[in-house]
Amino acid sequence: MKIGVFVCHCGSNIEGTVDTAAVAAAAREFPGVAFATDTMYTCSEPGQEEIVNAIKEHQLDGVVVASCTPRMHEQTFRRTVERAGLNRYLFEMANIREHVSWIGKDREANTNKATDLVRMAASKLLHNRPLLSKQFDINKRVLIIGGGVAGIQAALDCAEGGLEVVLVEKTTTIGGKMAKLDKTFPTVDCSCCILGPRMVDVAQHPNITLYAYSEIEEVSGYVGNFDVKVKKKATYVDWDKCTGCGICMTKCPSKKATDYFNEGIGKTTAINIPFPQAIPKKAKIDADFCMKLQKGKCGICAKVCPSGCIDFTQQDEFVTEKVGAIVAATGFDLFDWTVYGEYGGGRYPDVITSLQYERMLSASGPTGGHIKRPSDGKEPKNVVFIQCVGSRDKSVGRPYCTGFCCMYTAKQAILTKDHLPESQTYVFYMDIRATGKNYDEFTRRAMEEYNAKYIRGRVSMIYPKGDSLLVRGADTLMGTQVEVDADLVVLAVGAEAAAGAAGLAEKLRISYDSYGFYMEGHPKLKPVETNTAGVYLAGSCQGPKDIPSSVAQGSAAASKVLGLFSKDKLASDPQVSVVDIKRCIGCGKCMKTCPFGAIKEIDFRGMKKAEVIETVCQGCGICTSTCPQGAAQLQHFTDNQILSEVNALCQF
Amino acid sequence: MNVINLTSSCNSDFVRQVEEESGQQLSLCYQCGKCTAGCPYTTEYDIPVSQIMRLTQAGQKELVLKSKSLWLCATCESCTARCPNKIDVARIMDVLRHMARREGYGGVKTVKTFWDSFLHSVQKNGRVFEVGLLANYISHTGRFWTDMGLGPKVLPKGKIHFKPSAMQGKEEVSKIFRRYTEESSK
Repeated sequence: MKIGVFVCHCGSNIEGTVDTAAVAAAAREFPGVAFATDTMYTCSEPGQEEIVNAIKEHQLDGVVVASCTPRMHEQTFRRTVERAGLNRYLFEMANIREHVSWIGKDREANTNKATDLVRMAASKLLHNRPLLSKQFDINKRVLIIGGGVAGIQAALDCAEGGLEVVLVEKTTTIGGKMAKLDKTFPTVDCSCCILGPRMVDVAQHPNITLYAYSEIEEVSGYVGNFDVKVKKKATYVDWDKCTGCGICMTKCPSKKATDYFNEGIGKTTAINIPFPQAIPKKAKIDADFCMKLQKGKCGICAKVCPSGCIDFTQQDEFVTEKVGAIVAATGFDLFDWTVYGEYGGGRYPDVITSLQYERMLSASGPTGGHIKRPSDGKEPKNVVFIQCVGSRDKSVGRPYCTGFCCMYTAKQAILTKDHLPESQTYVFYMDIRATGKNYDEFTRRAMEEYNAKYIRGRVSMIYPKGDSLLVRGADTLMGTQVEVDADLVVLAVGAEAAAGAAGLAEKLRISYDSYGFYMEGHPKLKPVETNTAGVYLAGSCQGPKDIPSSVAQGSAAASKVLGLFSKDKLASDPQVSVVDIKRCIGCGKCMKTCPFGAIKEIDFRGMKKAEVIETVCQGCGICTSTCPQGAAQLQHFTDNQILSEVNALCQF
Repeated sequence: MNVINLTSSCNSDFVRQVEEESGQQLSLCYQCGKCTAGCPYTTEYDIPVSQIMRLTQAGQKELVLKSKSLWLCATCESCTARCPNKIDVARIMDVLRHMARREGYGGVKTVKTFWDSFLHSVQKNGRVFEVGLLANYISHTGRFWTDMGLGPKVLPKGKIHFKPSAMQGKEEVSKIFRRYTEESSK
């Protein structure tokens, strides 16, 4: 084999601390190396041309580029050698930037390490063989997990693009957090009025199959061909027959069920449709509160239901859907603010969360849109808003900024004045983060036109004083401690990853950060991709986001899916495991350890053997390390290739 | 208000010294004011604790060390407990007090005298002897009527002893003082 070595300067990124010319000179002495040089920018057009020309001029049949991480440019250089007529796997990359020049300043040590890495790459290349990928069919259906505004947008865009969409929603209705909001910033338009039509579109679109009150049980397969097991949780109501008339709700005697949709402001009936615009508008029985299910007595709903849809014997049901791509749009949940003992830790009824306040402001909410103190039902005069509760606070493990609380607090201050013209609002803030279009103007309006009193400082404690509350904080601009008499305190509680986000990530084989938010493929360049092919992200599951950003990401994820499905076939990655049938003793260990079920048993002249299903294998290499005979070998990472690297490194 | 030149007046050695002695990182403070919000003595302070933090970050040694607030701090540690960035603010106040004293800043005379009397009593008796402390404090400050009203309430409860109580290890305690004096004179 005749190998060419190209050592990249990367401007001064590598050349600054590595003598690239010396690395190239050393490489000329390595076995098989016929040509070696150093270049300014190997990834540039002239840099790539140099590789192509060298391959032709020196009849090279393998190339090593020593430059940055393969995550950056492996694809670039594989295409380059392909242009010159070589197989793309007769190429090796030595990472002498992230692994050498960026992490050490000693030029001599760096040069030696870079030389070692090139020696390893060259000696592995001697054992490389051409590999060819196969084409496989794809299933042009998409699964969207989460029916909030991001999931709705992704579903509608995919469906409009002609794809069959399966939308899975955990609760009984789509709409997510946006459906709970009264108004939206900075336009103060009714949240449900703008979301409602989109929800109806989802229900009526012929390409969308909606599974509400369902969860993902299991995901198997790979890009283009996922098998997804969906659990349809028991609602005890036959949704094919339920018309959403709501008679059951008016008659149900169990009226103390937890009202999840209204964030626990007030109670609801055991059989319940969460809100008038719910999609699908179907009833569900909360088994924890249903007298029939708990004690076997009652069954009034079944008697009054005009369509006879109540079924107390209903069980969870499982369906399997085959899809080619998945969009995770699982959103966020509110931080558990009760860890703040100084704010009462949940003991004071008149200290509520911002989302509870939204439900209170909403005309379809439990108070009919009237602002009332939960303790005595009186209208509050002084309303105090406290921002950054569970945001920008290392002491509770939430150091990040949620990003949208500044805006909704300004909106709620404005709405408070609209609802109660006699009221006075106070906002304790640390910094006002209003970076969107028309956002800063909006917060100014809250101060200038609606007379919200903004106080720059955090609140140290809230305690009861008579039948109201005393809020003690600081005004850091004034440089003093301040106190406000409050009738109602609204906490701008920060966002955290949705409950169960981590469990779903493991099913989808995607990664998440230390706060449970899903990791994007690249923080700038791949905002909606994940590192698992065919799985995309939209909305707050990737990090807290306001509505416009969530919608934008929903559309972005849909366009990625449509792009993926614009091809009829996908090329498989040939870096998969292959079993050498002569060596295989049919012990079956590989089949047991394979996490993808990619190895099947075959009968070969009456003997049991293992065989890899090429399109299912993900190239993880577990079978390779399990096989006692060395029969299972991961292509492009065979034992011989890795040992030759080790030998190259450990020769002295 | 005075103009502070942030370049020329910043004493970065002071900042480093406070960080070293307290083991706290001053740059963590983002000036939310929660320490001031919870401080029970801020009404008596000349500079609120959050501003002490800011002045310390900015290396304003003179302004910080001559502040009365350092001496009025009761080390109740509300600031430490509430700080969202887990800064031990009370510890920083303590370090600043030590620095102020070492470098000869007067502080609040009565507080200084009380501390001296307290430590003197501990040195002599191994633990504090209240009546001795009181006598010492009064004789140095001339505040004869301070807390006089408490006497009739405390006396019948047997809280006041006219002789220092005997204790073991008195000598060991005074050794600590000797070692301190020796080492700080080096």
